[in-house]
Amino acid sequence: MIGTIVFWVAALVAVAAGVEVFRTDSMARASYALAASFVAVGVMLLAFELDYLGVIVILMMVMEMAIMALFMIMLMGMNPALMPMSMVHGKRTATVVAAVVFVGLAAAALLIPWPDRAGAPAADLTRSLGDAVMGSKMLVMLTVSPVLFATIIGALVLGHPRDRYQRYGDDLERDHPDDPIQGGVGR
Amino acid sequence: MPEVTTLQPWWAALAPVTLLTLAAAGAAMAGAQTARRRGDGPLVAATTPLTETWRLLRQRRRVPVAADRVLWHVAVGGLPVVAVLMAVVVPLGSVVLVDSPVGVVWFNAMDVMLWALWWLAGWGPNSTHSLVAGHRFLGLALAYELPLMFALTSPAIAAHSLRLADVASAQQGLWFAVWMPVAFGVYLLSAVAFSSWGPFAVAAHSDLAGGVLAETSGVDRWLVLAGRHLVLAAAALVAVPLFLGGGAGPVLGPVAWTLVKALVVLAVLELSAGRAPMIRPERFAEVGWMVLLPATVLQMLVAAGGAS
Amino acid sequence: MTLSLVLVVAAALFAVGLWGALSQQVVVMVMMGIELMINAVILAGGAFWWFTTPSPDGQVLLLVVIAAMTVEMAMGFAVALLLHRRRGTDMTDMASELKR
Repeated sequence: MIGTIVFWVAALVAVAAGVEVFRTDSMARASYALAASFVAVGVMLLAFELDYLGVIVILMMVMEMAIMALFMIMLMGMNPALMPMSMVHGKRTATVVAAVVFVGLAAAALLIPWPDRAGAPAADLTRSLGDAVMGSKMLVMLTVSPVLFATIIGALVLGHPRDRYQRYGDDLERDHPDDPIQGGVGR
Repeated sequence: MPEVTTLQPWWAALAPVTLLTLAAAGAAMAGAQTARRRGDGPLVAATTPLTETWRLLRQRRRVPVAADRVLWHVAVGGLPVVAVLMAVVVPLGSVVLVDSPVGVVWFNAMDVMLWALWWLAGWGPNSTHSLVAGHRFLGLALAYELPLMFALTSPAIAAHSLRLADVASAQQGLWFAVWMPVAFGVYLLSAVAFSSWGPFAVAAHSDLAGGVLAETSGVDRWLVLAGRHLVLAAAALVAVPLFLGGGAGPVLGPVAWTLVKALVVLAVLELSAGRAPMIRPERFAEVGWMVLLPATVLQMLVAAGGAS
Repeated sequence: MTLSLVLVVAAALFAVGLWGALSQQVVVMVMMGIELMINAVILAGGAFWWFTTPSPDGQVLLLVVIAAMTVEMAMGFAVALLLHRRRGTDMTDMASELKR
């Protein structure tokens, strides 16, 4: 009973916060509304007994949105909080497409006769996930990890303001990089 | 798997009270340290938290122009809430309020909440000093969070479980703090950092006119100051099952031992404030990523080797 | 709560995200829309897992979706940062080299 109430409150919060992301003028509020939406989905995953994944979603998304808020404030040329304005294009097309997609998906969700549940969840779901990742599904994680590693490298290459010639000199002759902020390990 | 009894929900009312008592003890220690430096008497020292509470709760609240009140309230009120949520998964002997099968990850998620809260506390009042302090905290957070995650993983690997009761009972022979000193050290360091306290008080330090405290007054200020001690107390409580053998100990019961150990850890955390100068986040970033991160990964290898 | 109703919630989240991703002009806001759509996918995945086949495979799939989201975020921020640094803009309309 309490579980069902929590679930539907979380569902309401998830959708309402999702709408708020695009309604608010404040960049900080938009970021944290999205974080609230993710936390609500995390809570709903907890209702499906997905303890580990639910908590991980909450953990990652709060972290991500804390950083996202910084990017929002850094990159937005003007401050819509001070100067409310519409920053959208193709609003009518977008609205029609979104509405059609929603109606289609909702109709499919309600009309398709979904199969009954096959099997029962494992007693310790976190352990079963760990066994799967380190056992039969190891290839998945072996694929994901180089992708994540490539992402780190790629994002750094794209995002870093200084290249190695600026740091180490034109012929890469410096022993220590010439950085505007010196690091803490005394290089 | 050790048996722990989940308490009835109404016991939850006791959690904030217990944590507040612990935090008050911690605040008294910190107050005593400050008072001794200033040369005040022991009576002044011991009662500093109480007199400050009394003063702040009577103070009229001041709100700057164009403050983002909603987000500010979330931040200020969120600190004590997150501290309590951190502490509810800690087993006190054979009883626990929330017997989470992923207690370690839950603690981690709650400490990540502090990223959001400290930054929002800086954003809310619409003040430059506060905002700089909030941004600065995120810089520090990027440096300590990954070493902390690996430090939290080590006990979980050794115990083959993410449940705090299992982690505590896996230390029958030897405390994890003894053979995982790197993980324990990084944990203590990060606890000080995410509470924005002592050498890591980047979100609320006098070098930025108080940082997020620059514009807070009255009950808001009390919530931030108390919230900081509450988070420290919660981190000290979680350290007990993670690294210090849970409630194990002679003569006294497990509940008493958990609290005694938590008090000792809390004393270490609180008294760190008087021992070191403030560490700059931009300097600490390199230390975190190039020293602490590899060290904690090696610690994980040791933990995995020792556990198998 | 039944599978159909949870999927309707996920559909609503997805549609809101889609609206944002299509209509917003600022790169970071477009990313927020995409994030919301992935959020809906996570919810729908969790619901399918719980109501149809509660086996470890579904959990691994959700883990992959979460990983995909981090990749999207990291690369999105990097591109937005580069765009901002090189062009001084953060609008999608000003970055249309791939259009023709």
